[in-house]
Amino acid sequence: MNLETTKSSLEANIPGCRLEIVFNGSPSAQHSLLVDAEHGFAIAAYLKDAPDLRFDFCSNVTGVDWPSKEISAKVKVKKIVDGVESEVEEVQKTRTQGYLEVVYHLFSQELKYGPLPLRMRTEDRDRGVHLPSLTPIWRSAEFQEREVFDLFGVIFDGHPDLRRILMWNAFQDHPMRKDYVDPDDFEYEPTAHDQVLQRASQHRSEAGGR
Amino acid sequence: MDEKLKTELSKQGIFATSLQELYNWGRRSSLWPLNFGLACCAIEMIATTMARYDLARFGAEVFRPSPRQADLMIVAGTVTKKMAPQVVRLYNQMPEPKYVISMGACAISGGPFKQGYNVLKGIDRYIPVDVYIPGCPPRPEALIDAFIMLQKKIDAQQLTGEDRPRHLTAGQPSEFVVPRFGAHDLEPPQNPAVWHAPLVQITKAGTDESRND
Repeated sequence: MNLETTKSSLEANIPGCRLEIVFNGSPSAQHSLLVDAEHGFAIAAYLKDAPDLRFDFCSNVTGVDWPSKEISAKVKVKKIVDGVESEVEEVQKTRTQGYLEVVYHLFSQELKYGPLPLRMRTEDRDRGVHLPSLTPIWRSAEFQEREVFDLFGVIFDGHPDLRRILMWNAFQDHPMRKDYVDPDDFEYEPTAHDQVLQRASQHRSEAGGR
Repeated sequence: MDEKLKTELSKQGIFATSLQELYNWGRRSSLWPLNFGLACCAIEMIATTMARYDLARFGAEVFRPSPRQADLMIVAGTVTKKMAPQVVRLYNQMPEPKYVISMGACAISGGPFKQGYNVLKGIDRYIPVDVYIPGCPPRPEALIDAFIMLQKKIDAQQLTGEDRPRHLTAGQPSEFVVPRFGAHDLEPPQNPAVWHAPLVQITKAGTDESRND
């Protein structure tokens, strides 16, 4: 079963779902299926139970942080230069919306194929970080969803026991996010390269020349 | 007492010693380590106690499962920030005199996980350490070496005077601050009574001014 037929089968059976194949250009060619959060649970349930799919094993759940970034594109704009209308190239800059992504790797033990990487994306990185939990479908996702919640801050709706799993409960940050700033506990490191030097001078100025 | 006289007396069947020697001999010859491991270094620690390396030859075969019965803590492995308060608490529960061996790169400084978000940069930030063993993990021979080093250290301790060990000074603490879980880090991030940042001036490689001459 290839990804195209899986996609069309899902579209036929789950009305209104928005699917997208994320192409992987590397030699592994492991393309993945991007699923909308709204229909995520129904799609996952269908993937598990449909007789021709039978994805009965979720081997891995992981998170990815995609912060918002600036994209610059060259656009040709018509402008009047010295009274003559001419095409001028302009660089337009746009900011993309950052989001968090959760990836599930699904296998079928019964039909012996896989993996199917399933992706779900949150709306943004601040408040809209809710995604449906797939733990009721694959029990193996329970701890790994807790880990994604702990380290990335994705809130899984419908998770039976959503608590931090690696960090302590009073901890407030999500350390695997790209914009995580770790506490300043700098100490001497023998590898004096640029980043360490910068950190050292920053630490010294904050600690008052110590 | 003169060493020569002492050996001469022992040849004649007379045993002479001092209270200090007897006291130190008693402490060093029967160290009871705490049965406590954190990561892969603990596997080497277990190997050290088993038949092939046999730590019992040096008087430390009794690994105690309770800190109340132990006087040597071998911090064997990565100390995560989540585990650090428990390590300090175990140390506090040990009766004096007590000693700490910091085993492996992680327990010394955080090791390969130094920049990790949940790794303590060395257990000496919270408790005083007697012997450090580098290695990742250190071989059992290294642990035995550290153990003998600790025994020599105990043997050289004075019962009286300025440089007597901590447990013989009434004012010195035997318990240390147990860090609390904070919102971003452990609070406090280190115990200033035990640890302070090493004073090392780092320069960019190749721009060391002392080499310009």
